[in-house]
Amino acid sequence: MWVYEKKLQYPVRVSRCNPRLAKYLIEQYGGADGELAAALRYLNQRYTIPDRIVGLLTDIGTEELAHLEMIATMVYKLTKDATPDQLREAGLGEHFADHGPALFYHNAAGVPFTATFIQAKGDPITDLYEDIAAEEKARATYQWLIDLSDDPDLNDSLRFLREREVVHSQRFREAVEILKEEQQRKKIF
Amino acid sequence: MFTQQKVYHPYVGPFDPCPPVRIKTYQTPPQLYLGFQPPGLPQFPPREALRRGTLWPALFSPYEGRRRDSAP
Repeated sequence: MWVYEKKLQYPVRVSRCNPRLAKYLIEQYGGADGELAAALRYLNQRYTIPDRIVGLLTDIGTEELAHLEMIATMVYKLTKDATPDQLREAGLGEHFADHGPALFYHNAAGVPFTATFIQAKGDPITDLYEDIAAEEKARATYQWLIDLSDDPDLNDSLRFLREREVVHSQRFREAVEILKEEQQRKKIF
Repeated sequence: MFTQQKVYHPYVGPFDPCPPVRIKTYQTPPQLYLGFQPPGLPQFPPREALRRGTLWPALFSPYEGRRRDSAP
């Protein structure tokens, strides 16, 4: 069960109307390494991971939903008053034809979200290695988005989200260390 | 000196069509080095931690972004 707090994890401010940026940001909404994929991946893996790691997957999976909400807010703010003409010029004409002003779970190139973006192998080390890779890929995506963006307020939020990927990666790496055990033992293999 | 950005010098061919970028960079953030986080590390003050996205200076990774007219 979840408890919803009616505020964003981190404030989202947008300096100016820029639907082109929304087209890029949607990568983190419905893309393979986006926040939706992350949340679904971690929350699903919880059931077949050793007890010691379940809480970590719950915490991080939940936080990814909060990030998803931040990205949605960014996309919404960047597009909410744009005209169909502006959307078309921003490369969002196809999006508008299908979804009008709505958000949708697809990547920056319009490929719809699919469960094939994520995996659950039921082997704890395998799943955690996938999770570490997912965090690094999301971090890289945020770097490219910051590179593409000329909106200082938006970049402030994107830097926060990138930093969270760094911390999550660290925690997943620690989870691997916990499962490896043998850490303190003087043992020669 | 430790840095979170590393540099390499790619090969530049005599017939490369675009102006060559002689120095390329990539990010090496702190989680690659920390290992299992030791107890008792210094912390940011709470308000600063909320803004930075981490409580731990050891995990803080600044990324300013590259100039938009320079190649990655």
